[in-house]
Amino acid sequence: MFKKILIANRGEIAVRVLRACHEMGIAAAVVYSEVDRAALHVRKADEAYPIGPAAASASYLNISKILDVAQRSGADAIHPGYGFLSENARFAQACTDAGVKFIGPTAAAMDAMGSKTRARQAMEKAGVPFVPGTSRGVESFEEAEQVAAKVGYPVMLKAAAGGGGKGMRLVHAPGELKSSLEAARSEAERSFGDSEVYIEKAILNPRHIEMQVLADEHGNTVYLGERECSLQRRHQKVLEEAPSPVVDPNMRRRMGEVAVRVARAAAYTNAGTVEFLVDGQKNFYFLEMNTRLQVEHPVTELITGLDLVHLQIRVAAGEKLPFTQEDVRIRGHAIECRIYAEDPDNNYFPSPGKITLLLTPSGPGIRDDSGMYEGWNVPIDYDPLLAKLIGYGVDREQAISRLTRSLDEYFVGGIKTNLSLFRRILRDPDFRAAKLDTGFLDRMLKPSEDKTVDSPSAEVAAIAAGIFAALGATATGVSNGWSGEEKAAERATSNWKSVGRREGLR
Amino acid sequence: MLYEVTIDGKNYRVDLNRTDERWSCRLDGRELEVDAVLARRDVLSLRIGNLAYEVKSERIANDLQVWVRSARFVAEVRDLRSLRGRARTGDDHGPKKIVASMPGKVVRLLVRDGEEVELGAGVAVVEAMKMQNEIKSPKKGTVRTILVSEGAAVNAGDVLAIVE
Repeated sequence: MFKKILIANRGEIAVRVLRACHEMGIAAAVVYSEVDRAALHVRKADEAYPIGPAAASASYLNISKILDVAQRSGADAIHPGYGFLSENARFAQACTDAGVKFIGPTAAAMDAMGSKTRARQAMEKAGVPFVPGTSRGVESFEEAEQVAAKVGYPVMLKAAAGGGGKGMRLVHAPGELKSSLEAARSEAERSFGDSEVYIEKAILNPRHIEMQVLADEHGNTVYLGERECSLQRRHQKVLEEAPSPVVDPNMRRRMGEVAVRVARAAAYTNAGTVEFLVDGQKNFYFLEMNTRLQVEHPVTELITGLDLVHLQIRVAAGEKLPFTQEDVRIRGHAIECRIYAEDPDNNYFPSPGKITLLLTPSGPGIRDDSGMYEGWNVPIDYDPLLAKLIGYGVDREQAISRLTRSLDEYFVGGIKTNLSLFRRILRDPDFRAAKLDTGFLDRMLKPSEDKTVDSPSAEVAAIAAGIFAALGATATGVSNGWSGEEKAAERATSNWKSVGRREGLR
Repeated sequence: MLYEVTIDGKNYRVDLNRTDERWSCRLDGRELEVDAVLARRDVLSLRIGNLAYEVKSERIANDLQVWVRSARFVAEVRDLRSLRGRARTGDDHGPKKIVASMPGKVVRLLVRDGEEVELGAGVAVVEAMKMQNEIKSPKKGTVRTILVSEGAAVNAGDVLAIVE
């Protein structure tokens, strides 16, 4: 087993991996950028190494700096987390060349999955179901016209090197094809430096369901059940759950076996996720494989009772999987909310800043995987994910009621978060009825924020505001230069600190 | 202590008198039995009669927010016995500050000094976490002072410009 692992990441996932290291008696070294000196992962680490400026390209994405830290710290292995270098085949290869174990798949397996068109060619040979379309980029407009006519409109144009919705175009009719193809090509070129675009039949309002797989280095590959990830905003996942409400044991077995075939076709090792689109008739189509630990891995952990990070480390250390497919049992239901520093009232714009108050939930069935703490300044430079709140129950209904209860306990003061979004989702009748698809959130968010005027609570707020003011500055954390600005403030709205100060002068 | 408190645009008159942990409270003239314990900074455990509430407070940019359980209210508190604290709310005359709503970097200025702007017109673009946000003018008027330049780092609440 490894003696020391270098965690090449930040935020909640760095803390998550750090905890696993400590649980397994492994020392954890971390890296941090200039703005992350006070980050939670640095506080909790055994060793911490600065790797330069805030810009990720100069720090968390800098392969030579991270490998240099690996050498200096004497780490046996590197855990890349998700994002940053986690799916970078060049990094995985560089680790191998430097004699440090990369905790994840091999560079060759990543390469096989990295390009969507190349992955598709390999998978088609393995009998994996695909959305009808081309398995390679279209050469010309004429070819695109023929393919689109063959698979039938609407069609989706996708960048071969793409992700995150970039270089994607939905085409409803032949007349729109030419301009959409040009737009998708130039966006793909700009975003990925590769203008290759392929065509698929568009599955409208599909479900997005993914299957967790895990493979050791001795030829054993298992699937660990699916996650329903249909709740997305701008192609980014917001809430995930396991199991999927539409997947029955038979469908799970069929999807799982396909996922294992996908992994085997790429000689895949360690943890990975096979993503599927599922249409209204429950047909499932291979979308892509994510060659890393997923953000939403905790929901799978809760329903299987497994610790995926422990298993990743053990598999990377050369151990055999300690169980077989038959041993995997799914029990209960888990739902994850991704808590972001973003403002629901301002189009979900990021809201970094200082956390002045943090109250975290606890109690039965609640897990909070967090990278924040009270007093910490959320930097503006990175993805705004603060924490993941996961609720577990014997069934979906209990998981929802526990999450709803814990959301009322959760409070992040000083910055805006999307906590209120989850309160809305969890009480939505369609969500409760599990009527989910990738268009769900856009539809739910369409009507403007429902401002239910709650007059008894408003009166309580008025009394509390008065008491806070009467108690003065010690009752509130109002600080940083407010009083200096007050002179300039032509709007004579008062504030608690100045009220408190005036009270104090009497 | 006599306060006028505005909660989401509605005014309340809160008259408080403290004796130990007990407060006698008149809300718009109604007598209420209130018992308040400051559990920690920014967190108040409140009993009104026998009804219990956990109330949290925070300040974001220039907004004071009070949360009763999970309901959020924007609050303004004016001390009615302090002349300085007298409010002029709803005042659209006179200069208005254009304030950054979040920390970030000013990537573009969309107006020049002396330029006429409409209500809601974009004044500057601030970028944070790789997203760009347009800061809009709070009123129709003339841009008088621009206090930042392109490329400047700003904090939440920083004044970017003033519109008269």
